[in-house]
Amino acid sequence: MSELSENAKQTIAEHLPRYPSKQAVTLPALHVVQQERGCVSKKAMEEIAEILELSPAQIHDTASFYGFFRTEENPLGEKRIWVCRSLPCMLRGGEELLAALCEKYGIAPGETTSDGKLTIELAECLGACDGAPCILLEDELHLRCSVEDVERIAKEPTPETKKV
Amino acid sequence: MSQSEFKPVLLGRIDRPDSQSLASYRADGGYEALAKALKMANTEVIDVVKNSGLRGRGGAGFPTGLKWTFLPKDVNGPIYLCINGDESEPGTFNNRVLIEEDPHQVLEGIVISSFATRATTAYFYLRYEYGRCYRTLKKAIDEMYANNLLGKNILGSGYDLDIYLHRGACAYICGEETGLIESLEGKRAWPRIKPPFPAIEGAFRRPTVVNNVETMACIPHILKHGPEWFQSMGVPKDPNNPRDAGSYGPKLYCISGHVNKPGLVELPMGITARDLIDNHAGGVWKGRKAKAVIPGGLSMGFMTNAELDTPLDFNGPGRVGCLGLGTAAVVVIDDQTSMVDVLYNACRFFAHESCGQCTPCREGTAWSTKILERIRDGRGKLSDIDLLLEISSSIGTIPGTTICGLADGAAWPIKTAINKFRGEFEEYIKSGRRSESPVLAGAH
Repeated sequence: MSELSENAKQTIAEHLPRYPSKQAVTLPALHVVQQERGCVSKKAMEEIAEILELSPAQIHDTASFYGFFRTEENPLGEKRIWVCRSLPCMLRGGEELLAALCEKYGIAPGETTSDGKLTIELAECLGACDGAPCILLEDELHLRCSVEDVERIAKEPTPETKKV
Repeated sequence: MSQSEFKPVLLGRIDRPDSQSLASYRADGGYEALAKALKMANTEVIDVVKNSGLRGRGGAGFPTGLKWTFLPKDVNGPIYLCINGDESEPGTFNNRVLIEEDPHQVLEGIVISSFATRATTAYFYLRYEYGRCYRTLKKAIDEMYANNLLGKNILGSGYDLDIYLHRGACAYICGEETGLIESLEGKRAWPRIKPPFPAIEGAFRRPTVVNNVETMACIPHILKHGPEWFQSMGVPKDPNNPRDAGSYGPKLYCISGHVNKPGLVELPMGITARDLIDNHAGGVWKGRKAKAVIPGGLSMGFMTNAELDTPLDFNGPGRVGCLGLGTAAVVVIDDQTSMVDVLYNACRFFAHESCGQCTPCREGTAWSTKILERIRDGRGKLSDIDLLLEISSSIGTIPGTTICGLADGAAWPIKTAINKFRGEFEEYIKSGRRSESPVLAGAH
């Protein structure tokens, strides 16, 4: 049984003609798999490597360089919220926001709630310093957030718009 | 042109309804510059950009037209244009606003620049966190293909171009141009030793130009209004410095931190930090005073209150010991905030984001963070201050110990914080004071 979905395989195939090397499709491939599964398993990396004619170690090397990708030992929850702690956010309460959310959900940054619903991450500058403190829900920025705002955002249904 | 006569150029359309659509962009004269450029020789387009004095807006300030001329004259095979949309420098968000509000302005600049450099493929490297930008660009690019502004034989000119969006995966180092190229190629984003420079051997070992998003947004205006118009804004070349290339054109200044009105402001280059804070950001919040101000993103280091009359052009910040203008992202720190906490935050950022390739940067950023943790824990020693300074003068391309210049950016906050606020560090250590963890914001 293939670990990669038909959609993932198709996305990879669509990306191949855009680049002069197959290896360049590594990040798009990792993104589509994690989007679907909440992680990129060892087996998925092997299958990506086969399509891109690389060693699985090369896929793992790239995947593990970016703090973004998760393995099956540590998959993401249904939602992933990043809380910015860099200087412009820190100056306006970003650190307290992160600490309060971790306390509220009983997890440390990088962990997922036991019901599997929410992963909280610490983020370095998210590029929304005009709206500090800011958070990122999946890939959508939310500016000037209080703890209550984040709680509300965490409860909202996940939008369907996010396709890699 | 004086500040009061200035009308926003790059942000000129952002309040228009439906500012993102092709129809509204064209109604405002969009893609006229492209039509004009496509009737010129590509070398003429390069000359216009060169004569305008436009310098890259991403941080290094290298003259854009000159960069383009570094491409080899005779090339068999593809040339690539890479757009650096990995905007990750703390305090910086101008590219995000440009893309979200007026994507076609940026894209028109990319098509003109690709034509000028003879690139037939442009890769737009966009940080993953900018999901809204990604969807906005995707829609705009689809509109362009449907209207003969991309693809084969653009506007009947015989010129072909494809633009592909490439999403990053949350790594600061991808903003370094050769790190970006490695990341685009599917590898870990370890910067390359230069030379060879990307113009000779860049993406996929082909001649490549890497340009910033705001730089691209300037291009259509320069083509439309000419180099003299561009040079009517900003700060002319310093006649006493033959190496100065001037600071021309409009500039987006990001303002964040302890001000009443954080946001994005467009002005002719060269406004002072004080003018920017007092007259364009509503002043320092809570009636307080600024203790320190970052002139252009975290890696540029700190200015003191006494240095706030420094003009924010390419030369100003360097004259007061900062690394440079950087991204022109101004971060204001009020007088109730501890510089020990601020520097700890800065060092922690660079330790988190060091790519790990060069030992001095990897170890230096980690140890400076640990030393500041110790100081904040009430266990600091006065000798730690000089130890931090020693680290800061040992990492980077300036001391010659690292491959990329981002390590210099990790060093500069340490150097400037300690050289300019040494007394505060000494007092903190002597007092045996302990900071709360997490760092408490000045909000309290």
